[in-house]
Parts: sequence; C-alpha cells; structure tokens
Amino acid sequence: MNDQQPLVIRLIKGFGMFWWDFLVGDTPELFVAALVIIGAVALVSESWHANTAAVIVLPVLAVLALTISVKRASDAAKGK
Amino acid sequence: MLATTVSSGVVVLVGAVFLACAVEMVEALTIVFAVGHTRGWRSAFEGVAAALVALTALVAIFGPALIHVPLAWLRLVVGGVLLIFGMQWLRKAILRSSGLKAKHDEDAIYHETVAQLESGTPGTNRDRIAFVMAFKGVFLEGLEVVITVLTLGTSAHRLGLAAVTAAVALVLVAIVGAVVAKQLSSVPENAMKMSVGVLLVTYGTFWVGEGLKVRWPGNDTFLLAFVGIYAVVCWVLVTVIKPKNPSSPVKVDA
Repeated sequence: MNDQQPLVIRLIKGFGMFWWDFLVGDTPELFVAALVIIGAVALVSESWHANTAAVIVLPVLAVLALTISVKRASDAAKGK
Repeated sequence: MLATTVSSGVVVLVGAVFLACAVEMVEALTIVFAVGHTRGWRSAFEGVAAALVALTALVAIFGPALIHVPLAWLRLVVGGVLLIFGMQWLRKAILRSSGLKAKHDEDAIYHETVAQLESGTPGTNRDRIAFVMAFKGVFLEGLEVVITVLTLGTSAHRLGLAAVTAAVALVLVAIVGAVVAKQLSSVPENAMKMSVGVLLVTYGTFWVGEGLKVRWPGNDTFLLAFVGIYAVVCWVLVTVIKPKNPSSPVKVDA
C-alpha cells in the first residue's frame, strides 16, 4: 500500500481489500455460486411461491457448489 | 426441562460461535506466543491491547447500526455471507482431511514467526516489529470473530448470548493456551474447522431462506437436519477425493 496516500484513502482501500479477500479470495466460484443460489431461490420462492421447491433447491445448490469447488481443487492437485 | 426450553437454534448458534472463536483464538495466540517468547512480552501485550481497542471501536460503530437494518434484509445478507464463508471453510477442511492440502500446523507457524522476528533487532522502549506482529495477528483473527458474533447474534436476535459465548471461548482458549504454552499444535484444529464450516453453512442456508420468505418445516428444528446433511456430504467428499495411494501425497495451493 502507498504510504503517500491520505490515511482515509488507505483505510477505505484496506477495508475494501479485507472484504474482497474475505468473500472472494481464492475461491471466486463460491462467491458466484452464492449469488446464483440467492437468485434461484428468490425466483422459486418469491416469484413462483413454490415453498417446497425452495426448501429443496437451496441446500441442493449449496451442496452442488461445494462439490464443484472441491472437485476443481482436487483435480488441480492430482494433475500436478 | 432444559431440553424443552433450549431451542435447536440456540444450540447451533452457541456451537457455531464457540467453535469459530476458539479456532481464531488459537491462531492469534500462536502469533502472540511467538512474539512474546522472542521479543519480550511488553510489546506483545501492547499490540494485543491496541488490537482489542480497535476491535471494540469497530463493534461500537457497526454493532448498533446492524440493529436498524430490516430483519429480512439482514438475514438475507448475513445468510449469503455465512454461506460463502462456511463453504470456504468446508472446502479447506475437506481438502486437508483428504490429504490434498497441508494441515494448518501451529508449530510451523510458531517457528516461522519466530524466525521472522529474530531477523530484526529489538528496540529499546517499544519494540515496533513485535507490536505490529501482535497487533496484526490479534486484529485480523479478531475481525473474523467480530463478524461471526455480530452476524450470527443480530440475525438470531441473540447478540448478548453470542457475545457471552465468544467471551467464554476466548477466556477458555487463553487459559488452555497459557497452560500448554507452545503446544497449540495439539488442538484438533481441522476437525474444529470442519464443524464450524458445517454450522456456518447451516445458518447461511437457513437465513438465506428466511430472508427470501422460505418457510422451513419445523422452523428452527430444521437447522439440525441441515447439520446432518452437510456433515454427511463432507464425509462423502473426503472419502471420494482421498488419493488411492496415500504414500504419494499431492498438494493443492488454494
């Protein structure tokens, strides 16, 4: 970080960097997956009023996202 | 009867906050011990105190503001954050359990921190390097504790319980840490992280649903079903990706 910048700018940048690392970091696929999950469940629950479908879709998509992310990391490691 | 008065939501909340705080505290304590043993305890404690003041200020600023956010929005945003954060924790814990990623080694971190500190020359009054290292260690790990407590506590309308649970976890780990000194590597950290990941994803799923007006069967009781489902999924993933020949381990960077 550039020490010449004003303290406020450095604090804002640091705050932004923290949240970027916290939410995106080295797993951007999980960040995107969470947005997709929220969008899909909003569609099912709020637009179609299909509560039972929403109860099933939400955890299934979460499991799918985790599985894809783990599989990608596993394949990358085994391919080394 | 205790079983009838304590809801599933409270049990999961206390478990999630306690384990998450304990894990972060172990990581912070390792750095503080390395600083204290290598450069002296005065600067280490000053760094810890400064970090605690900064964290308290953050809580004072953002804590009351969270209470004014509409509950449905708060649960949706917090649920989304917990879902991402929990899946990140689970991903790492699964890769570590399967042997595809090196386990978090507190001994290695301790020795690495000591090596870094020994390369600098100690100051006279305040040791700046020791102060900064202790401050950063406690502040960064503490920030994750603060986020966990604020998000879980406010969304569940049990901020007091979450704060007390976090305080108990911090005190317990500090006492155990002081007793065992440098032996923090004996803490089963990956198993704890796996448990925290399961609980965070559980709450994340539950609150994303609540924020989007999903009605869960059995209300809070459905949290326990999520805990079971995600625990089984983790076990299956660890079993499936574990290398067939453990004598030739492969490692993942991320």
